[in-house]
Amino acid sequence: MENTRKYIDFKNVKINNNLVLSIEESGKSADAIKKSDKVVKIITTVLTYAFILVLAVGVLFPFYWMIITSLKQRNEIIQQDQTFFPTIVMWTNYAYVFEVFDFTTYMKNTIIVAIFSTAGTLITTIFAAFAFARLKFKGNDVVFGIFLMTMMIPGEMMVISNYITVNALGWIKDQTITKAFAAMIVPFMVSVFHIYLLRQNFKQIPNELYLAAKVDGKSDWDFLWKVMVPLAAPTLISITILKFMGTWNSYVWPNLVTKKDEFRLISNGLRGSGFTDPDDPTRIEYGYQMAASVCVTVPLFLLFVFFRKYIMKGVGRAGIKG
Amino acid sequence: MWNKILEFLHIRKKPQAAAKSSRLQTAEPEVRPDYDEGYSSESNTIIRLVSPKKKNPSVYQVTGIDDVASKNNWKAWLYLAPVIILISVFLLYPLVNTIFISFAENYQYSTGRFTGITLKNFGEIFGWTKINGTGTEYFFTKYAIPNTFIITFVTVPVSIALALIISVALNSIKWFQKVLQTTFFLPYVTNAMAVGLVFSVLFDQHGIINFLFKTDTIWIYGAERWTAMIPLCFYIVWNSIPFKILIFLSGLQGIDKQYYQAAQIDSCPKWKVLTKITIPLLSPQILYIMITSFIGSFKEYTSVVSIFGGPGTMGKSSTEKNMETIVFYVYDNVELGNTSRAAAAAVFLFVIVLIFTFIQMKVSKTRVHY
Repeated sequence: MENTRKYIDFKNVKINNNLVLSIEESGKSADAIKKSDKVVKIITTVLTYAFILVLAVGVLFPFYWMIITSLKQRNEIIQQDQTFFPTIVMWTNYAYVFEVFDFTTYMKNTIIVAIFSTAGTLITTIFAAFAFARLKFKGNDVVFGIFLMTMMIPGEMMVISNYITVNALGWIKDQTITKAFAAMIVPFMVSVFHIYLLRQNFKQIPNELYLAAKVDGKSDWDFLWKVMVPLAAPTLISITILKFMGTWNSYVWPNLVTKKDEFRLISNGLRGSGFTDPDDPTRIEYGYQMAASVCVTVPLFLLFVFFRKYIMKGVGRAGIKG
Repeated sequence: MWNKILEFLHIRKKPQAAAKSSRLQTAEPEVRPDYDEGYSSESNTIIRLVSPKKKNPSVYQVTGIDDVASKNNWKAWLYLAPVIILISVFLLYPLVNTIFISFAENYQYSTGRFTGITLKNFGEIFGWTKINGTGTEYFFTKYAIPNTFIITFVTVPVSIALALIISVALNSIKWFQKVLQTTFFLPYVTNAMAVGLVFSVLFDQHGIINFLFKTDTIWIYGAERWTAMIPLCFYIVWNSIPFKILIFLSGLQGIDKQYYQAAQIDSCPKWKVLTKITIPLLSPQILYIMITSFIGSFKEYTSVVSIFGGPGTMGKSSTEKNMETIVFYVYDNVELGNTSRAAAAAVFLFVIVLIFTFIQMKVSKTRVHY
């Protein structure tokens, strides 16, 4: 089909040569070319869809396998011929997991830590973004520049010293649940990237609104909470959700600073629990493991279903978990 | 007084039209001097007007945000106080402190005592100096650095190329675009640990991968280092693609359709459209993704823990830490109490990340087409 299109290389055509349109030269009518173009288009569309669908299946397959495995019997999981659907659906896997895997405690811990660190982040972020966007003070640009530069430092640099700091604050030795939570929440109450994000958003709020508020005798404080925060609500929602997801996924720091299993968060619980066969502790039970994984994944999925727009928008701009 | 200010505001909205019929300028020229220096209420200055004599004689206008913003120095610092305290305690101090620890000799993290400044810690992690006079360590040079670099140079190009192809394909289709887009985003909203466990089941010796490809390879538990790299890289690519697709798609949707129409008129072949129009116009996004994913994969840690459960293919009790990455080495040593070595490794990582960032910034200046 490609040979129906021939092009004239205008650079090499001498002026006195007769120009011949490609349609005439190929001996095909315009209709025929249109038709062949249509065929090419259909073929490429089909190929594109096939390609995307194959990859989409690849993306979804781990999820499918997680659910299927969580419902299988042990023998079926390790047998030679793998089955794509459980022969006997084992809901008891889930019942067992809820018995041995202290899902509710981990869930409770995670939600408490998420709520407090999110609230802390939101408050510090709103104040800082407001100061940078609206207030004029000496060193505004310098301080903001230093803040932005800290984004380049890998977080791993901080972990060592933060561990020492938290230890010095007495949050590690003789740990109680309050101390454990403090150690997990306080270092994460500030996020430079979110400050940057919100500052950009605040800057877009027109000056006229600020002046109108001033005319009405409102203070900066009132203006911040009655005008700017409501106007920046979408960004704040995005920050909240991302922060929640970050806590749900955080593993390293909680693992490091908590000394007892019942203080840990959901990721630690999932990786730390053995899920072994009750009769033979050396054998890992994949069915239980997958059932627990499903339990941990489902809340995130629900969050995604309800807040898809905010999550995708927030991630698109922020691009980092947590 | 406020009436006058509102009048000025009105002028700012339509500077040209207002200036022509400005009563202030023509009818009441004697009023002007009052406002040249600005209006100051008892609280503070909020509005300053550019004097017509100074700049643009025909137009009154309120200048940019700097002149509208309130200039309350101590108040601003009050708003910033929580952030500044937190950032100094948990970001800036640790940075300085970690660099200091990496050079301190015999540092005790519980007391903060040290005996001197030395390069011994770096020598220890690279296996040049003996640790406590007994033996040298080889995990960092034999496993941590090579593993990190392999992961980086395999997963970053593969995932970027794949994400680019998927997003171009997604952008070109008409039906089910939103649904498929959401599908490809799903790996982002999962728990890393849960998915790691799933991958270790997929790649189990009796798992689906061995069944489908009729092999009997040991991928995870007790596997060879190089074999174990394959599921690890698969997992990292699978996990990192959604974010890249999201960024690329938003970039693609921002490209002006005119370029493609022009290419169509010239009946330009598809691959040429891709290489000559799409990729150059997408280069800002590609560069951004490259920087972030290079830095991200230098910091790979969660993927290893979630699949293998520990620093090696033997899980938590691995004595041969053959799946360790640089960050894994750092955390492992923090947990073991070898703070100095952890700090030295962290500083090493920091330097690498900085070098790569600067290289890519330099490249971007010459290569990125905006």
